Amino acid sequence: MCGTCGCGEDNSIRISKPGKVNESLHHHHNHSHTHDGNEHSHNHSHSYDHLSETSEHAHDHHDHHHDHSHKTEIQLEVDILQKNNLLAERNKGYFEAKNIIALNMVSSPGSGKTSILERTIKDLSNDIKFSIIEGDQQTMNDANRIESAGAPVVQINTGSGCHLDADMINKAVKELEPENDSVLIIENVGNLVCPSMFELGESKRIVIISITEGEDKPIKYPDMFRSSDICIINKIDLAPYLDVNIEKIKEYAIQVNHHLEFFEMSAKTGKGMNEWYEWLKKING
Amino acid sequence: MHELSIAISIVELSEKEAKKANVSSVQEINLEVGTLSGIVVEALEFAMDEAVNDSVLQNAIIKIKKVPAIAKCLKCSKEFPVEDYYTPCPECNNFETELINGKELKIKSLVINK
Repeated sequence: MCGTCGCGEDNSIRISKPGKVNESLHHHHNHSHTHDGNEHSHNHSHSYDHLSETSEHAHDHHDHHHDHSHKTEIQLEVDILQKNNLLAERNKGYFEAKNIIALNMVSSPGSGKTSILERTIKDLSNDIKFSIIEGDQQTMNDANRIESAGAPVVQINTGSGCHLDADMINKAVKELEPENDSVLIIENVGNLVCPSMFELGESKRIVIISITEGEDKPIKYPDMFRSSDICIINKIDLAPYLDVNIEKIKEYAIQVNHHLEFFEMSAKTGKGMNEWYEWLKKING
Repeated sequence: MHELSIAISIVELSEKEAKKANVSSVQEINLEVGTLSGIVVEALEFAMDEAVNDSVLQNAIIKIKKVPAIAKCLKCSKEFPVEDYYTPCPECNNFETELINGKELKIKSLVINK
């Protein structure tokens, strides 16, 4: 079982460039489960109660074979996400040293992340050097689209995994070798839940919502909106056909995170893209 | 789904500490999970069941303490319990709040036999 996501061995994480034969970079977190396929017999009969704070009854010593040893409590107070956070800090240091602005784009599947990127790369080809990391469970489709749009790209396929983590970015960046003074955009796995917990080392997190998704998305999936800096509202060209109030989306989003900065756009028609472009140029220095 | 990667991290950190302490098993692990940490405790327990196999935690009692979320109003400084990010301040109805508790996701302690 893969530690990241519970996927089988076949679903290991792949990091690949378009046009290259996929080299599977076996990206299992190196915890100590050794699955050599030989003779591991998992013993699922845990003898303890799976308890929360409710049952505090003392451990009964009759079951213990190790007599007369005494209990020691090691106080740790350690953040469980520490490993990912440390790696994210390393990525951040690398980006800062190379004056790279890293943006982590998160959203539901189908909100238009890749379309926004395609248009942005084409329209700003004379202004900003982009490089892209694409995250999807399967296929090279998005990486191929980005390559056609004209930016260097690496695809991470997470298999069954539901999010990108800092370690995957660390490896993908080594493949991608983004240029100094560039903008690196990481398109996360389409998922409005899990990616919110995993820092990648980004300078800014950008959440995208398309107006077809419903006004109350921000309060239905608050973690993602809470942890983002920028909110892009996409597909505004569809507003005349829908019963949706864009101001209401913003109102809900502000309730969850009053620091959010908004861009309203249509990646299809180009409406509203200029404000976004100006913002990109500004952060790119 | 991400609870499984959290469970694996818990196992890895415990393995590291057990090695430091020179023991091959942990008797008990105490976790703290904030109610707004982004982790569903039941899903974490389910994931732990699988993740502890063949590790120092295999026979450990897993205790998870839920830490209730508390927000503080940025206008009037009132502190109040919340279950989400968008509950306005009960005093002044302001939405601009910051969480002072509830994002915890940590290993508090390990109990070993030594």
